[in-house]
Amino acid sequence: MPNQPEANNWPRWFDPRSRSLGTFGFILNRVTALGLTLYLLMHLVALGQLAKGADAYDGFIALVKNPLFKLGELLVIAAGVIHGLNGIRIALNSFGIGVRRQRSTFIALMAVSVLVIAFFAYKMFSEG
Amino acid sequence: MTEQPWQVHFKIYRQRSGQKPYIQTLTLAVDPDEYILDAIERIWANHDRTLTYRHACHHSTCGACGMRVNGCEKLACITTIRSVTQNGGNLRIDPLRNFPVVSDLVVDMGDFFLRMNKSGFDSVALSEAACLPYEKPKILMDQAEQVTERLVDCIECGLCISACPAANTDKEYVGPAVLASIQFMYAQNPSQELIDQADHHSGLWRCHSAYECTQVCPSGVDPAWRIMDMRKKVLTDRIKSIFRPRSQEKKNA
Ligand code: SF4
Ligand code: FES
Repeated sequence: MPNQPEANNWPRWFDPRSRSLGTFGFILNRVTALGLTLYLLMHLVALGQLAKGADAYDGFIALVKNPLFKLGELLVIAAGVIHGLNGIRIALNSFGIGVRRQRSTFIALMAVSVLVIAFFAYKMFSEG
Repeated sequence: MTEQPWQVHFKIYRQRSGQKPYIQTLTLAVDPDEYILDAIERIWANHDRTLTYRHACHHSTCGACGMRVNGCEKLACITTIRSVTQNGGNLRIDPLRNFPVVSDLVVDMGDFFLRMNKSGFDSVALSEAACLPYEKPKILMDQAEQVTERLVDCIECGLCISACPAANTDKEYVGPAVLASIQFMYAQNPSQELIDQADHHSGLWRCHSAYECTQVCPSGVDPAWRIMDMRKKVLTDRIKSIFRPRSQEKKNA
């Protein structure tokens, strides 16, 4: 990878070695954004099944009841919660609010994310 | 020396202009409390006179000795060996990232210095222009009526640019130090020209809030805070302009 700025240096975005908490926030936001975009595409494909008639749609619904898909749904919820809460921190910072407390805000918001994700996991997997 | 010397394995990035880089390894007995720059100077003096690196002041003032030490940006002249490795440990030394390598640990910072100049960066400013609480020494506040000057914190070392993930992929990115300079100059003397240097997609809005610049800055500049403060100023100005009567808009233009 070249030392000077190059568009194809982007894999370095995901390398947290020797970096601080801020980079973890940056990486989390990128990964969750990519995950949510992928989900949106899959969602559109699923909706496309509606146009193929009732049987195709029912078959698709049976497939997504599989526990693996449930785990996928939980990942989507996790990505949404993390991206949303982290995004609020970044938006507030962009208005000059809480910039010098961004580290503690990040830790607090990620703690909230864990609680929310655990709540959804419990709801989804305990109710069968 | 406070204790027995440490054996440290130095792994140094070597590259001659345009040639393939390689890592030079050598083990050195060092005082753990000596600075990395001292060890590099000894390597140059006693082992390999072809090693190139930048240094001048040896006390964190000139900004010349920035390099990556075990992956993290440091001023080699104020970083002790003890703070980054252990007895028998490795010490990897690389040039700063996001600048072209001229030779070994020397990078070309020409563009960066030109951008700093364009922002009107000056190393001395009135104390009253200080923005952050720790920039105003108590004694100056007590003598508020006196006009005093202070040295501006940025030493143009480029560590913040090396650590920034946005600078990694965008050649045109103005970069944390220059944006911080623009914020500081704007706070003293607001001008449309300064806004134009910062308010574009490779300026203020390229920053993706990794805060690495502030983390590695050895001089307390807090470039991330300054970028966000400048964003606030630009956003406030944009919102105000919606409510500004058109006639006044023309006058301001
Ligand atoms: S802002 Fe800090 S890290 Fe960046 S060039 Fe100035 S002193 Fe160095
Ligand atoms: S030699 Fe001047 S800052 Fe390190």
